[in-house]
Amino acid sequence: MGKIEWAMWANEQALAAGLILLTGGIVGVAGQFRDWEFAAYGVAAGVFICLLEYPRGKRNKGTSVERTGQYCLTVCVKAFGPVTSNYYVRAALHAALCVPGAFILPTVLGCVCLAIASLIYLAAAVRGEHWQPILPKTETRERVGESIKEPPQNPPPRPPAELRRKRPEDLEGAAYVNPISVTANE
Amino acid sequence: MGNWIINHGLSAFILVVWMGINIFLFVYFYLFYDLGDRFFYTRHLLGSALAWARAPAAVLNFNCLLILLPVCRNLLSLVRGSFMCCGRSMRKQLDKNLTFHKLVAYMIGLMTAVHTIAHLFNVEWYNNSRQGLYDNLSTTLSSLEDDEDEDDDETYLNPIRSRFSVPQTPTYFAFTTIAGLTGVIITLALILIITSSMEVIRRSYFEVFWYTHHLFIIFFAGLVFHGAGRIVRGQVATDPPHNFTVCKDRPLDWGKIPECPLPQFAGGFPQTWMWVIGPMVLYLCERVLRFIRYMQTVRYRKIVIHPSKVLELQLDKAGFKMEVGQYVFLNCPAISQLEWHPFTMTSAPEEDFFSVHIRSVGDWTQKLIDILEQLPEGAQGPKMAVDGPFGTASEDVFDYEVSMLIGCGIGVTPFASILKSIWYKFKQSNPKLHTRKIYFYWLCRETHAFEWFADLLQVLEKEMEERGMADFLTYKLYLTGWDHSHAAHVMVHFDKDTDVVTGLRQKTHYGRPNWDKEFEQVRKENPTSVVGTFLCGPESLAKTLENKCVKFSDVDPRKTKFYFNKENF
Repeated sequence: MGKIEWAMWANEQALAAGLILLTGGIVGVAGQFRDWEFAAYGVAAGVFICLLEYPRGKRNKGTSVERTGQYCLTVCVKAFGPVTSNYYVRAALHAALCVPGAFILPTVLGCVCLAIASLIYLAAAVRGEHWQPILPKTETRERVGESIKEPPQNPPPRPPAELRRKRPEDLEGAAYVNPISVTANE
Repeated sequence: MGNWIINHGLSAFILVVWMGINIFLFVYFYLFYDLGDRFFYTRHLLGSALAWARAPAAVLNFNCLLILLPVCRNLLSLVRGSFMCCGRSMRKQLDKNLTFHKLVAYMIGLMTAVHTIAHLFNVEWYNNSRQGLYDNLSTTLSSLEDDEDEDDDETYLNPIRSRFSVPQTPTYFAFTTIAGLTGVIITLALILIITSSMEVIRRSYFEVFWYTHHLFIIFFAGLVFHGAGRIVRGQVATDPPHNFTVCKDRPLDWGKIPECPLPQFAGGFPQTWMWVIGPMVLYLCERVLRFIRYMQTVRYRKIVIHPSKVLELQLDKAGFKMEVGQYVFLNCPAISQLEWHPFTMTSAPEEDFFSVHIRSVGDWTQKLIDILEQLPEGAQGPKMAVDGPFGTASEDVFDYEVSMLIGCGIGVTPFASILKSIWYKFKQSNPKLHTRKIYFYWLCRETHAFEWFADLLQVLEKEMEERGMADFLTYKLYLTGWDHSHAAHVMVHFDKDTDVVTGLRQKTHYGRPNWDKEFEQVRKENPTSVVGTFLCGPESLAKTLENKCVKFSDVDPRKTKFYFNKENF
């Protein structure tokens, strides 16, 4: 389990928790349950958490897979700088957000899921992970005209590596004779 | 349309049957609780939320039964073996076991959501009824006491018994009843299982997925006890009878007039255990079998480290019998006690050992290669446990007169086994071999990690030429990772007989194959045959090939028909 980035799982868990909190909140408000104010809070908190967690962070190793249409939210989340990129802050935030959900039944499940997500984020933060936005790389293209005037950057075409290595069964073919005799400088 | 039926018909049929059973269960139990006379009073307190909670519960019972079955791989192998007589399509269905497992899991997730939401309403309304917030009938129903004269049957209706206990909230009720507590715990387990099974997590951190998935033990344990509290209650007959049509308008007179005695209620018998006990036992047997296999001794015949860090292990186990293209799960306690990793076997069944070629792709494989690199000559490797072999579609490859085999990158491995076996069978004139012609397509970025496979092809090529059978195997190598230096080198050596990259007689192609052209060529050369297409490679290519198989197949049984088979790991 050495190479795991806990933040990736924490992100999935937090997003799920946000959705569950939102659903529980909608149920509480729509059913006009007792203490429905907590349910209204659940709706608001759920939406906020979904928006915060929707953009996936960039992985340290390997390819990062974006969620569909996450670019706008990536920019928003990035704008908050260290508040959103530090996972200690996120862990504390989720821990705080989950507490009001514990007061009525519809949001209890969202509360517990969010608490678990907070713990996983804490583990991620302890291991030194932080959130980096996935942004499209801007490529610089050199105009062809310019590069012709430069000296060559690459060696001339050579056969693929397998052929270049000297094969033991073909020592004769592998050896070559210098066209110009090599002697010490006079 | 006919082509679609040939290639997808059985899958579609199974899906329709499964969905049909789900819909039937949902509607049947919905109507049972929504229209049944027994639940008239219950419905008065809960409305249609009662039926909305019970119907998904029935669907959940059915799907929890199904979910364990596709992952009993030894059981599936057994079923596969016994279907040898029943034709290709049936056996191909069993390849899609993981797809079915995921589908059932989605249904469980969806039904859990509906069930939970409905019960949230139920608990809230029960609570309010108890507090007397609704009409007289509700209050009277809720305050029905336990009838002490009866023999221990609790005869109340509203499971929230006391009006004055503190705290009196739905949350308190949920956490102090068996159903509520188990419900919360198993839903939590389900959510954790689902979030760790997302594709992103599964592909990158398999261990998290695997260990978290074992929460299913908690899920099933909680599920079995979930109904033990019997809080869904229906009316039972009393003597004299209580007719709700007459008595519903006079709740305050109950027990005081002869035609309306106090009604009695009883909870439904918990049924979930009846649904899931069978599969739980089967799964337990499956795990026991894996453990027994773990204890059997495995000897190392030969350990070879190929260029590009490819490890070949030739192993020997008593009583081990394999078929072509099958895979085994390997476990090395020295590296990790609990991890089993699948590897396709690269040896043919005709050989008296079995071999796997392992590339370094992650923690476990890298550690294995490290341990074996430091091993002295001739020593036995660390203890290795082998589970399997497990069947895949390639067992069918001999049944087709013409086969198209497509291997991408590491996916070329099962075909090593197939090609070797075909050649052995051909030399022994084995009657099981129906194959007359093989087209082999090897796609990879670069041949670096697969020199061992190129060597195999060279050997086969030589032997076939010696027998004058150069036509039997047509193979094409596609290097998809070529660049300018490759292209320039090839241009210089264009006229040589053998290929400059692999040394093989058939030339290397650069870039991806044009599948339309390939299928057209196969169809032209084999106008009346049934062609089996086997792929071991990425999903996108599987879709492409599936489409081509459908496109180039003819419903006319006299003409060429393409069947698509996909390996999955």
